Amino acid sequence: MRRFAMIAVPYGWLAVLFLIPFLIVFKISLSDAALAIPPYAPTMKDGFGALLQGLDFENFVFLTTDDLYYKAYLSSLKIAFFSTFFTLLVGYPMAYGMARAPEEWRATLMLLVILPFWTSFLIRVYALIGILSNEGLLNQFLLWLGVISEPLVILNTNIAVYVGIVYTYLPFMILPIYAALDRMDDSLIEAAEDLGCSRMSAFWLVTIPLSKNGIIAGCFLVFIPALGEFVIPSLLGGSGTLMIGKVLFEEFFNNRDWPVASAVAVILLLILIIPIVLFQRNQQKQAEAEG
Amino acid sequence: MKRLSPFNITSLTLGFAFLYLPMILLVIYSFNSSKLVTVWAGFSTKWYGELLRDEAFLDAALVTIKVAVMSSALATVLGTMAAYVLVNGGRFFGRTLFSGMIYAPLVMPEVITGLSLLLLFIGIGMDRGVLTIVLAHTTFAMCYVSVVVSSRLVSFDRSLEEAALDLGCNRFDAFRLVTLPIIAPAVISGWLLAFTLSLDDLVIASFVSGPSSTTLPIKIWSSVRLGVSPEINALSTMMIGIVTIGVITASLVSKRKSLNAQKDAQAAERAA
Repeated sequence: MRRFAMIAVPYGWLAVLFLIPFLIVFKISLSDAALAIPPYAPTMKDGFGALLQGLDFENFVFLTTDDLYYKAYLSSLKIAFFSTFFTLLVGYPMAYGMARAPEEWRATLMLLVILPFWTSFLIRVYALIGILSNEGLLNQFLLWLGVISEPLVILNTNIAVYVGIVYTYLPFMILPIYAALDRMDDSLIEAAEDLGCSRMSAFWLVTIPLSKNGIIAGCFLVFIPALGEFVIPSLLGGSGTLMIGKVLFEEFFNNRDWPVASAVAVILLLILIIPIVLFQRNQQKQAEAEG
Repeated sequence: MKRLSPFNITSLTLGFAFLYLPMILLVIYSFNSSKLVTVWAGFSTKWYGELLRDEAFLDAALVTIKVAVMSSALATVLGTMAAYVLVNGGRFFGRTLFSGMIYAPLVMPEVITGLSLLLLFIGIGMDRGVLTIVLAHTTFAMCYVSVVVSSRLVSFDRSLEEAALDLGCNRFDAFRLVTLPIIAPAVISGWLLAFTLSLDDLVIASFVSGPSSTTLPIKIWSSVRLGVSPEINALSTMMIGIVTIGVITASLVSKRKSLNAQKDAQAAERAA
């Protein structure tokens, strides 16, 4: 009996507050918008027969006819892809430096990477506004140096979105790569060098392949949340920044078109399934290799 | 022999500067007396005073803390149960679905989680307020707790629990008296994670909150959308300060614990 309760309580909680809500989203994505409360039709009150008849794929057809939506999906994929790449470019050298740092520094360096993770996400994005705006500290600094004669427009462009994603997701990239590099046996590098590899080629031929799993894990940990990101494009991006999380939010709150917002969510999930499954496989492979 | 090359030192310095400069500048400018946030006009703490007199902010902070306390406590209990079931539960009907429901919220975009929960609450006619935010936060936070706790449970020696059962404990007592104390550090870090996630959440709370239940992130969001403001700088500084003190204390405590454990081990070796 106790075993049953132990399973049933968390199971039931997740079924009611995770699974069913998701099924509702799916159902509403097949409904029609209506000027009613709630603003869609048919509802459960119309009876089961009317419910089944009233559902169709109209909203999904609508998403393909209005090019705002596929542009937003494509632009989200592009922004998530390139910002993951930039995060890797910044994060790998840092993880590498941490793994080579003296033993007594490592705990402190680790703490410095983790600290931003505990700090409010919203505040970290907000901190960038004061730096990147036209009168911001970066422009003031560059003008003072004389590198530029007019302020650079960074805030409210896609560049600011890239900076924002790299800045906020950097710890997610550094930690798995550092974990992989930390486990690596250094004598392998020495062996490669003894066998005539230069420092550079030992790095490319030994270190990079051995940290491959960390790189893959880090990239997925950045790419997956970046794809559905809402706060960064809304605060740092401009009116030209199209990201699907932002489109969904606006469709729901500003246009109050719940069925279309639900259809946008369903497609976003379908797109996300691919990287999520690949990520799971990578994690499993890694767990098997270690175990 | 490991040695830091100039390249390593440069990448670490630049990388940490990139991570920390924006926050450090934010802290410095919170003490700026000018209303214009990018022009330095002398040291002042007046924005902290204004912030502490702003009742809307204080109310939002109170709501946020209430939500975080309740949802993190619930999430810790449910998440620990879920982790125990996942690791030690054996086979049961729908196990794959269960583990899927534990991992899916971790990768689910917040906009979708928020949207789906709101549609549920509206569907069952539940008024939006503190309770709906607590339910929403508990749901995603319990998944994080269960991941943290199950990683500890995997390495837990089950024969200890079996010994307790042999000695006459029932399953619940064995869990309470043997398993729980051993996994306690993981449960505590899970709870801390759940608490922080709840304090931090903007997107899900925006969907499921009602007019009388504005949380601090929602309040910050609505004023940040209008641009940088000195009060928000002051508020951010206070939040950054609390987190920094908390994280540093936690790491010092765990360092001291591991030092003590080392000493104990050495003493035991000498005695033997």
